[in-house]
Amino acid sequence: MRASAHEGAVAPTTCGPARDAVSQGGPAAGPLLLGVRHHGPGSARAVRAALEAYEPRVLLIEGPPEGDAVVGLAGEEAMVPPVALLAHAVNEPGRAAFWPLAEFSPEWVAIRWAVRRGVPVRFIDLPAAHTLAMSEDLTMSEGEGEPPGEGEGEPHEDGEEKPHSGGEKEPHREGEETVPGGPHGGGAAGDTPPEGMQRAAGHQEIRLDPLAALAEVAGYDDPERWWEDAVEHRRGGHHDPLAPFTALGEAMTELRAVHGDGGHSQDLLREAHMRLRLREAAKECGSAGTAVVCGAWHVPALAELEQTAVTADRRLLKGLPKVRAEVTWVPWTYRRLAHRSGYGAGIAAPGWYGHLFAAPDRPVERWMTKVAGLLREQDHPVSSAHVIEAVRLAEALAVMRGRPLAGLTESTDAMRAVLCEGSDVPLALIRERLVVGEALGEVPEGAPAVPLQRDVERRQRAVRLKPAATERELDLDLRKDTDAARSRLLHRLRLLGVEWGVPAHSRAGSTGTFRETWRLRWEPELSVRVAEAALWGTTVYEAATAKACSRAVEAPAGTLADVTALAEHCLLAHLPEALPVVMRVLADRAALEADVGHLAQALPALVRSLRYGDVRGTDAGALAEVAGGMAARVRVGLPPACAGLGDEGAREMRGHLDAAHRAVRLLTRDASCAEGGEGLLGQGLAEEGQAGEDRSGAGLLSGWRGMLRTLAGRDRIPGLLRGRCVRLLLDEGCLAGEEAERLMSLALSPGAPPGEAAAWVEGFLSGGGMLLVHDERLLALVDRWLTGVPAEAFTDVLPLLRRTFGQFESGVRRTLGELVRRGPAGDGGRAEPGAGAAEGLPGFAPGLEAARAEPALETVRLLLGGARAKTGAFGEDESGPVDERREVRI
Amino acid sequence: MTQSNVAEQPALRPHAEDAFADELAALADVDDRPRPARWRLSPWAVATYLLGGELPQGRVISPKYVGPRRIVEVAVSTLATDRALLLLGVPGTAKTWLSEHLAAAVSGDSTLLVQGTAGTAEESIRYGWNYAQLLAQGPSREALVRSPVMRAMAEGMTARVEELTRMPADVQDALITVLSEKTLPVPELGEEVQAVRGFNLIATANDRDRGVNELSSALRRRFNTVVLPLPESAEAEVEIVARRVGQLGSSLDLPPAPEGFDEIRRVVTVFRELREGVTEDGRTKLKSPSGTLSTAEAISVVTGGLALAAHFGDGVLRAGDVAAGILGAVVRDPASDQVVWQEYLEAVVREREGWKDFYRACREASV
Repeated sequence: MRASAHEGAVAPTTCGPARDAVSQGGPAAGPLLLGVRHHGPGSARAVRAALEAYEPRVLLIEGPPEGDAVVGLAGEEAMVPPVALLAHAVNEPGRAAFWPLAEFSPEWVAIRWAVRRGVPVRFIDLPAAHTLAMSEDLTMSEGEGEPPGEGEGEPHEDGEEKPHSGGEKEPHREGEETVPGGPHGGGAAGDTPPEGMQRAAGHQEIRLDPLAALAEVAGYDDPERWWEDAVEHRRGGHHDPLAPFTALGEAMTELRAVHGDGGHSQDLLREAHMRLRLREAAKECGSAGTAVVCGAWHVPALAELEQTAVTADRRLLKGLPKVRAEVTWVPWTYRRLAHRSGYGAGIAAPGWYGHLFAAPDRPVERWMTKVAGLLREQDHPVSSAHVIEAVRLAEALAVMRGRPLAGLTESTDAMRAVLCEGSDVPLALIRERLVVGEALGEVPEGAPAVPLQRDVERRQRAVRLKPAATERELDLDLRKDTDAARSRLLHRLRLLGVEWGVPAHSRAGSTGTFRETWRLRWEPELSVRVAEAALWGTTVYEAATAKACSRAVEAPAGTLADVTALAEHCLLAHLPEALPVVMRVLADRAALEADVGHLAQALPALVRSLRYGDVRGTDAGALAEVAGGMAARVRVGLPPACAGLGDEGAREMRGHLDAAHRAVRLLTRDASCAEGGEGLLGQGLAEEGQAGEDRSGAGLLSGWRGMLRTLAGRDRIPGLLRGRCVRLLLDEGCLAGEEAERLMSLALSPGAPPGEAAAWVEGFLSGGGMLLVHDERLLALVDRWLTGVPAEAFTDVLPLLRRTFGQFESGVRRTLGELVRRGPAGDGGRAEPGAGAAEGLPGFAPGLEAARAEPALETVRLLLGGARAKTGAFGEDESGPVDERREVRI
Repeated sequence: MTQSNVAEQPALRPHAEDAFADELAALADVDDRPRPARWRLSPWAVATYLLGGELPQGRVISPKYVGPRRIVEVAVSTLATDRALLLLGVPGTAKTWLSEHLAAAVSGDSTLLVQGTAGTAEESIRYGWNYAQLLAQGPSREALVRSPVMRAMAEGMTARVEELTRMPADVQDALITVLSEKTLPVPELGEEVQAVRGFNLIATANDRDRGVNELSSALRRRFNTVVLPLPESAEAEVEIVARRVGQLGSSLDLPPAPEGFDEIRRVVTVFRELREGVTEDGRTKLKSPSGTLSTAEAISVVTGGLALAAHFGDGVLRAGDVAAGILGAVVRDPASDQVVWQEYLEAVVREREGWKDFYRACREASV
């Protein structure tokens, strides 16, 4: 199917027609060697000019020969750069390499030129089959749990073998490495070629950067800048289109004469392969009708075609390991071309390069106009006069620095001084939007399936879940390995926007932190989603990790809760590599978050994650640290945030207070226990010794209680919150009965405004009135206060009181009523405050009847003990967290 | 005028063009690059004068400004393109120093200076009158008292305006005509002074000070802005603070405090971390308080601490001596800064190795 899809697009493989131009003006003899700098717009322009002048009959490009099959797609309108040629091992999508191409890449310009004219294009680098096979350090990128991919994925039957099958199918030795689970771009730093195969960070070899060497000779400390000055900025001039290539070729020859392979040992292999392919093409189409676009570094090696024996090259390439490799196109972005995104091609400023390539003339003037446009969009006033001055300053700077033309550095300095008023803030925006740029490539539908699709299929088989169009419900028991793997897969796919499964409430109503219910349905458009997600990586794990990281980093400011939710999602999807990034962002956001409410909202989810981290065996150290830090921030921030709130604000803040309190309790659950354990927090920080000691659960809890105490006693805090704090403290058991009574009496004393006092009562009593039933002193206080409320104020406090008491269960309400009727008010005030308990409540015996309670106690003990034994850590208050968890996940 | 001054008795602080006259002359000798009209040196030579370097005959030019090269290059290019230059920065970032040396190198005269204060009147930007003469003879050129700006315009020199934002807004606006029309009308005489080539203006302003008169956008537009950064590394800043404290201490007759070096480092660390909103190890982000927390403030905190230690303590600078000062510098706005400071204490200071005493001292000071 895939073969037929792009059949129409297959490029011609035989030589194009000979043209007169060739005989007229080709280079003296031999093929046209166009040595370029990958992603150099100046190179791209020069390549176009050279191709147009010489019209070769066959075009050879540095890249994996497997790409020959799909190169025809490059001519289609639906193909919009930036795109990348992606080679991957069929049975192991994690082994992959990318060759990104932007519209200003010389290779892309050459390919487009050739495909549109029907000139055959061939890739001549070492086949990806070998280079991928060489990447030994590749792991499955799944640490644990994931069953190894069973089922090899039946061999794909697109029999049309690499169309180039020349003589040299010999396997080759050596190869490039790929980063485990990471695609990567190639070096724009000149000629460290094949884009996809840039070395992993830990690579041993010290490689010579040819451009740096040349730049050093020319007295530049920055190779990029030297290249800009020497090549990119030399525009115009209708001289020999080959001149730049000749000059650069000569320079490289000199360089290689001195440095040999410059530490690029694999280059010898690659160049041997290139030479073989070049000879072959030259035989078919004539030496003069052949053009090669490759990194300038390789030009000397290809030029010595005559001096190198064919047999020597073949010998070199013998016996290289091989895997089944496939090549396809994937969309790419400017951002990924840039340095900082990790997989980048190492170009700091793709947007700037794109601009240089696209601008017909006056690049600096056009650039400044573009920048001004962007700034105006952002309501930053920029006049034409500004633009004029910015251009003038950029040019003056260039003159002063002795550069032929203002480059990005000069433009940036000028933008900062003139357009941004010295500030780096708008400059960051310009960098983001223009210098790096936001271009996103597109690939026609006919492109072969991406490896991510393969990986999805493999994973589906591995966990025995068939995609089906009919909806069905799936209950997972996370304690089982397969189910846990299923859950992870579904969560990861969701993260990638592939909503195959949606978490659902279980019909059976079975609950537990180890249970999950999903509603599954595979819609056809999900395949499109998968293809879109291919941008993120070649395996589900890797793509989900990359996407989670990027989402975290790019989350707009003030969306703390989103990042928390993302962290939770990362845990559920088991993405240990993404978690540190997300946590880091979370910690940063939390630090800068000015609204305590947001912090308090984010905290519960985080603490919940921490608990599930336990269930799912995730390392929760980082999480504990962040949660602890956030709790500390909430603690510091709450008192000022509570001061001077209105009714509405106080009500909202009470919600935050309760949520944060629950979270802190959960976080420090064991801290108050007799053993003095440290709770969740302590577990995470235990290894850190001193830190653990300082910020242990116990420390946090005592700090938290101190904060509650402060709030309870501070006058400027609204009554609702004060009352709530007293109640929380009382429930904590760290407020003696007398103290609570004193505080209540203070709050309800005649001097306090009735509305404020009623709010206090509401805060104190919300969430259960049993307290009043059991402590008659408190009831008496409330009672006395209520009867003392002046008539005119009574109507004001009535709704508040109604709301408070209306929430009590009817039994409690009735008991309270009876108590009041019979109680202190009726007696005219009881003599001893504690007498109520001794005399018993209406309907209750004075004490506990042990004999009658025993059976019930036994049952309870059984229930608790049994549950604990079975479910371990999460048995204790099982229903609570499960409910909470649902809220978040659905 | 400056000449005679030097001849008679050495000034306490000679002008830049006098103090470095030999370097300027040496640069002028070797400078064969094109010079803008009425510039004493080419832009390249001006940049070399400021950043230091070695001339062909082995003459070494001392660096006047230690900081990013870019700053100086942009500043000089701005002047070369005939645009006014605005140097922004918190106190102690060498704004005035840089402006003085720029004027000295470009025009050979750094004395055409207007000091901006709340009381600066329009006369100091435009012109005033010699009232005795004005009353005696009526308006005449002789009765006119030219401002530094007017002189710079007439003679094609570089004028300097210090603390631009401290001037009242209407006085600032007087500069707009000067900068855009390059002319200064004198309606009383029915004539005008037109700027000749070579005239330019360097202004300095403090960008994080409270209670200043914001520049109008009309005026702002006429400047290229260069923000002078704070010292780049902690070491450099500790060095600056320690040196300056030493100087101040000796003039206040405070005992030298060699043991206090650690405390200085700690103060600088706190200031840098809060200012930059991130801890030194780059692991924790922080909120920044509303104050500037400039190097100058760090100096005053340490000096204050030294005084405390000398007069009320045992003469050794300790955490307790600087804690109150730091608190005062950080917490400018009691509502928001208090939270910032508390968070910083709890999240960073408390956990830092060897900072226990500091944490305790700060807690005590906060209460």
